[in-house]
This record gives sequence, structure tokens and C-alpha cells, in this order.
Amino acid sequence: MTLPRFALVAALLVVAGLFLPMVIPNPYYFYAGYVVLQYVVIATGWNILGGYAGYTNFGASAFFGAGAYAAAFLFKAFGLPLIFQILGAAAVGMFLGVATGYLTLRIQGVYFAIATVALVIVLETLVHNTEYLGGASGMTHIAPPPPAWFGGQTQFVFWVMLVIAACAVVLARWLELSWIGRGLRAIRASEPAAESCGVPTLRLKLLACALSGGVMAAAGAPYPTYTSYLDPVSAFSLLIGLNALAMPLIGGTRNWKGPVIGALLLASVQQIATVTISSEFNILAVGVVLIAFVVLAPEGLLGLKSAWARPKLRLSGAKP
Amino acid sequence: MIVLDLALNAVATGIVLGSIYALLALGLAITFGILHIPNVAHPAIVIAGAYAVVVLNRFGLDPILAGLLWSIPFYFIGLAFYEFYARSFESRGGGNTLQSLTLFFGISLVIEIALVVAYGTDLRSVRVGYVGESLRLGTVAIPYRFLVPALITPVVVFLLWLYLSKTNTGLAIRAVAHDERAVSVAGVNPTAIKRHAFGIATALAVIAGAALVITGPVDPFAGRIHIGRVFAIVVLAGMGTIPGTLAAAIIIGVAESLVMSFASPSWAPGVAFAILLATLALRPTGLFGGVR
Repeated sequence: MTLPRFALVAALLVVAGLFLPMVIPNPYYFYAGYVVLQYVVIATGWNILGGYAGYTNFGASAFFGAGAYAAAFLFKAFGLPLIFQILGAAAVGMFLGVATGYLTLRIQGVYFAIATVALVIVLETLVHNTEYLGGASGMTHIAPPPPAWFGGQTQFVFWVMLVIAACAVVLARWLELSWIGRGLRAIRASEPAAESCGVPTLRLKLLACALSGGVMAAAGAPYPTYTSYLDPVSAFSLLIGLNALAMPLIGGTRNWKGPVIGALLLASVQQIATVTISSEFNILAVGVVLIAFVVLAPEGLLGLKSAWARPKLRLSGAKP
Repeated sequence: MIVLDLALNAVATGIVLGSIYALLALGLAITFGILHIPNVAHPAIVIAGAYAVVVLNRFGLDPILAGLLWSIPFYFIGLAFYEFYARSFESRGGGNTLQSLTLFFGISLVIEIALVVAYGTDLRSVRVGYVGESLRLGTVAIPYRFLVPALITPVVVFLLWLYLSKTNTGLAIRAVAHDERAVSVAGVNPTAIKRHAFGIATALAVIAGAALVITGPVDPFAGRIHIGRVFAIVVLAGMGTIPGTLAAAIIIGVAESLVMSFASPSWAPGVAFAILLATLALRPTGLFGGVR
């Protein structure tokens, strides 16, 4: 499928989303669907750096939380509408990505991964100590009423998240097929080799950091509107960082489909699980799934599928 | 002179705190610093160790003695962990960092939830005679529950340093990280050496757990706040230098303690990470790492 056609399909999905509130009367489905779509955005954003370039980011929740707090700040300070909150959050995420990348990417990937763990704690500490953002106890966020068309705030933010998800997936697919994606894949395969072939590795990695951070922060921007309340513990939650890692890993990190499939699967299962089982069990399930996939199917579900189709490549030890 | 007293107290507390952090980081100095295995599950193993110590303490056993007793089974658990890791990745031609990080991340979650299932989320502590009392030197007061575990550290650091730099096996551990093929040419099985080193690191985790549970009660998720801190220590020290680990831990401990006294305790968690980010940006080889 060519890119314009792909973007058209995404746009059609978004338009179709406009009519969903008329078809489905129960707002709960929008409430749960919002979380699933949010994870599609986070996993897709994570995969730009983590999947294409092979740099692990444990701090997805830092970007998500930064996005949520940036949006809440822009609303509280200037009363900006949601669209500008999202753009502002994305800008903050991009800046954060470039800053972290600039500090750590010149050295080994392991350090980058550890620095991202650190980033979550630093930001959480910062928010804890900022009176204006509600500190440890959090802040209320009373958004203006949604457009009458949607019939409710939940339906509205669901649609907003659908738009963000469509943009994120189109962006990820465009990146994947462009020279940027080829460069990032070269970095993933072998950084010194890519460097000596003239791939501008540091600049490409910084670009990937910026885009990945921007997308994940955009995923956090509607969150205060969604819950009408924001506190550091849920904004910087471990589960977000964990899911951002697990979803692409389950789906497959090589192309845009992997994180989308992984997010749809895992987030739906979690939405059902949180209703039926405890949240501790939820984390345990993610942990076991992570171990199982990393050991048995390191290329994810999509990798399993292609291994099934081309068994000879697997047996000879060559990577498909 | 109140400010000076406060500063003295903060520095003394920081040194004590730092040597406890060093104990937490020593296992990681072996696995991550020497073997380059990003074992993010290390703090979770420390907490599992702390729970194991609590179990023996209920029968009246001293926590430090309990830690030493448990270190033997934990050594074998470490061997099993390494075997699992090696079978999963190294036989396959070496997994990438993402995969091994993810594996250990998954393992740490499983350990945490296993502790929740077995013991619930309540805080657990040990009973020792000296809790609540403090050592007083002039205006400086250090609670024994911090001082006693802190005193284990110099002993462990010295023994570990002696082992790694004076014995054949210890030298082989350091050599295997340097050049695996050369080690196997010299007639040593590199996998066996790495497995042994991982076992030692896991045994050190239970001793760290014993120290940690003396300082205060733990819950199953208590390891999380230490993840970044222990990595910060290992990186600041310069990957795998044992005396350097102690020095780096004390630097971080003193920095945290000063921030706690002069700014606010709520800023303290950020200190180690700020130091980590600064180290990575300014001196990625660490303070005592030298050129590699």
C-alpha cells in the first residue's frame, strides 16, 4: 500500500470514529477503548527508537507523564484548548527525548536504558516538589465541555486519542519506509558498520529519540481531560513503562504492525483482567509474558509467523 | 553552630548510608560491571533475600548470621539463573541488550509478585536487640540499626577485592570479561567461570538484603527505588572496580544525606539519578574506571 493510500485509510478510520457514539450507546466501551488506543500510541512511539534503532527505553512513563503534566500546565496557566495542549506536550516530549539522547547516546545502549529509568524518578521527584502542579497529592483538571456531537467527554477524548493513534501509526510507517528507517535499521544491525558506511548515526538516533518522545508525550496529553485529575503516581506509573516495552515485543519490533497488534492484544486483555482479576496479577502476567517472548519468540508474533513461513532460514541460523 | 552540627550529622549519616548502598551495589558491580550482564533484577533479589532473612529471624537467629546462612542456597539459585540466561541467549549467539534487559525486568516482576503472593504487601522487619539505640559522638548520633549493617561493608569489600585480585578463580572472572577466547585457550571454561561469578553476585544480594532489613522494614516492591541508585553507583565507580564501588556509594550516600538535611527529604530520590545522568554525560568511564 502506498503511503498516501495508507494515510487515507487511517483518515477514513478517524471519520468512522466520529459516528461511533451513535452506534454504541454505552460510554464504558469508550472509557476502556481509550486506554487501548493510548497504548497503541505509546507502543508505536516506543518502537520508533526501541524497535527500529534497537535502543531500549524503560522510561516511557517519563514521557507519558511529562506529556500529561505539560497539558495540565498549559491548561491551568493559559487555558489552552486540547489541541494546543497535545502539540505542546509533543514538543516537551521531543525536547526531553533529545536531551536524554544527547546526554547518553554517545556511549553504549545499556547506559541509555538505565538513564531512562533515572529520568522517570527525576521527573516524578520534580513534580512532587512543584506546588503549582499539585505536588504529591495531585491536581484537578476540569476541562471545558466537549463538542455536543460526541454526547460526552469520554466519547470525545476517545476520538481525540483515535486521531493521535492514526497520526502516530502513519508517522511510524512513513519513517519505516523512508531513508530514516533504513538508517535506523542499519544502526540496529551494527552501529560501527553503519557509521563507516556514512550513516549519520548520532543525528539519526537523536531524531528517533525526539519523534519517539514526542509521540509518547502526545499519548499522555489527553490523560488529564480523560480522568479530570492528575497525580504523579498514576502519571509516572510503572505499568506504562512496562507495557510500552512488552507490547512491541509481543507483536514484533521490526515494523509498524508489531506494536499495534501487541497493544491491541495486551491492552484489551488487561482491560478485561482489571475488571475480573487483581492489578498485581496483571503485572505478574506481563512479567511472565515478557520472559516467555524474550526467550521463545524474540521476534514477536510477527516473527513467529515469518519463521513459520520460512523454516529453512531459521534452521540455518540466519536472521530473516 | 547549628548549621555545622547539622552538616556533620548529615555527612556521618551519609557515610553510613553510603556503605549500605555499597553492599547493595556489589553484586551488580560483578554482574553488570565485570560480566556486562544488565541484571536489573538485582534489587528484587536483594528484597527476596531480606524476606528469607526475616523467616530465619522469626526463630531468633541474628539477621547477619541468617544472611550468611542463606548465601549458600542463593549462590546455587544464582547458578540456575545464569544457566537460564545463558541457555536463552548466549547459546543462540548472544542476545542483544534489549532482550537481556527485558528478561531480567520480567524476572524482577515475577520475584516481586511471588513475594506479594507469599507474604502480602505488609511491611516486614527483623527483631534485633540494638534497634532504637544510637551511637553518640559529641553532637553526632548514628542509630545502631544503620551502623551495624554499614560495618559489614568494609569486610565484604575487602574479601571480595582480595578474591578478585589475588586468587586464580578471581582473576579468571576478570579475564573472562576481557577476552573470553583467550580464557578458553588458557584452559578455563568461560561459561563455568561466568556462572560462578553470577552465583557469587546472587549470594552477595542476600547479605545486602540482611543489611537492608536491619535498617528498616521492607515490602515486596522495596527494591524499585534502589534500581537506579545501584546502577548509578556502579557507573560512577567505573564498571566493576570493587573499592571504587564503595567510594562511589559513599559519595552518593553523602550527597543524598546533605540534600535531605538542607533541602527536603522529598528531593532525595532524584539525587542519585542526577549524579548518574551527570556521570554519563561528563565522565562515562566513571571516577575510578580509567581508560578502556
